[in-house]
Amino acid sequence: MKKLMNDPENIVTAFLDGLVAANGERLQRLEGTDVITRRSFKPQKVGIVSGGGSGHEPAHAGYVGEGMLDAAVAGEVFTSPGADQFLAAIQAADQGAGVLVLVKNYNGDVMNVEMAQEMAEAEGITAEMVIINDDVAVDDPEQRRGIAGTVLVQKMTGAFAETGASLSEVKRLAEKAVSRVRSMSVALTPCTLPAVDQPSFDLAEEEMEVGIGIHGERGMDRREVASSAEIARLLLDHILPEIPQGAPLAVLVNGMGSTSLMELQVFANDVIEQLDRDIQHTFVGEYMTSLDMAGVSLTLLALDDELAEHLQAPVKTVQWKQ
Amino acid sequence: MDSKQAKQWMQKTAIRMEAEKDELSALDQALGDGDHGVNMARGFRAVEESLDEWDELSLSQLMQKLGSTLVSKVGGAAGPLYGTAFMRLGAAWKDVHQVDGEAWMSGMAKAVEGIAQRGKTQAGEGTLLDVWSPVAATFTASEPDWKKIEAEAKKGMEATEDMVVKKGRGALLGEKSVGHLDPGAVSSYYLFQELANLMKAGE
Repeated sequence: MKKLMNDPENIVTAFLDGLVAANGERLQRLEGTDVITRRSFKPQKVGIVSGGGSGHEPAHAGYVGEGMLDAAVAGEVFTSPGADQFLAAIQAADQGAGVLVLVKNYNGDVMNVEMAQEMAEAEGITAEMVIINDDVAVDDPEQRRGIAGTVLVQKMTGAFAETGASLSEVKRLAEKAVSRVRSMSVALTPCTLPAVDQPSFDLAEEEMEVGIGIHGERGMDRREVASSAEIARLLLDHILPEIPQGAPLAVLVNGMGSTSLMELQVFANDVIEQLDRDIQHTFVGEYMTSLDMAGVSLTLLALDDELAEHLQAPVKTVQWKQ
Repeated sequence: MDSKQAKQWMQKTAIRMEAEKDELSALDQALGDGDHGVNMARGFRAVEESLDEWDELSLSQLMQKLGSTLVSKVGGAAGPLYGTAFMRLGAAWKDVHQVDGEAWMSGMAKAVEGIAQRGKTQAGEGTLLDVWSPVAATFTASEPDWKKIEAEAKKGMEATEDMVVKKGRGALLGEKSVGHLDPGAVSSYYLFQELANLMKAGE
């Protein structure tokens, strides 16, 4: 597999250096860590930290900045960062009002954040955790993975923290956002890890994998590849029963890494045409990828006034500016 | 086991993880995301590279360092699980300079408890605990029977093949997870096999 890289073993550190080199006016890398933070912090604001394995760019470092995250932790490709890295991010993000860590629901990520929380507490820093589990491809809510819906939760939570809300208030909003956001994905091709020669799974030309996660793991179901409109129907049928009925929606159409923007727009059109609901916002692009996988995820967020306000609030990050 | 043997154990394990890297990752591809071998090899390589710096440490401090290095360098789910286990051994061996049967028994019980708490798991769910738990139960107050310990580790590792995985990404496969060895159980087997070989050679 051809990839634009030097040493696959050092790809994460090289990517973080590149991100900072290109965005030095707003981002910095904490020395000796794989943590990216804002250049300046707001005193007495609740710190918002997120992180996880790399390979999902622009998540999460691309969302560090005013109105969203204070710090993002990057693990090895598809591997949770260690607790020491999360601790470094918590320490940096703590400006006297405590820290909320937003973590995708994977055992490794959750365990490392829990360890970091314990270490932070020993230093007198209050750190809370909210687990994001938006992937309806998995039936058991305990086992549901965090996928693209994570980015919307980060956006709203970060905007609310910016207003000076307390840690318990910010946590409440994050939990509400998690309860109202649902996603599901389809892969057209697998992805290939930088240090591995083989794709993560085999998928024939006429097949698609339904209900994949974001780590090249196998999905729930393999079927004959369908049209964009049919895939939109399939994902909507799984997601719609899982979100509050009647509420206005935000829609996120997310490319998995190597699906063209043209295809994503085609898919967005199919979703909008088939959704008989009040759609207040539609986001189309690459928000949470899986290396070079081709495919798409659909996220629906059931808004209320509070969530809508924070989704619309200004944000200044490398990836999301409004 | 004294601190010199503990360091030899880490060295042997580092060599073993490097040698089994591809096999462990292949096992992980069936149940998870296929990086367990790479992660374990990276973690123990970092341990091996630190051994010179740790020369003056007591056995207890050595176990603490081993644990925190694995948390930091292995990452994923294996990092905090292995890391917690060794940190608990370190805490249990505060004033121990030579680990005897009794110290192994009490230390391993704490390590198993730590893994279960951290992973919110128990034996029988297709994780590394299915090796750690029977190994812990094999130690008695008398001189450890290393041959038996190795055999129990192997049996525990092999048993994960018939289990429905309840934790980690493998759990998403449900019944489809049956028929695969748990990669964490396999790496744990290597860890205890290296220990048993080392201790048998010293007898």
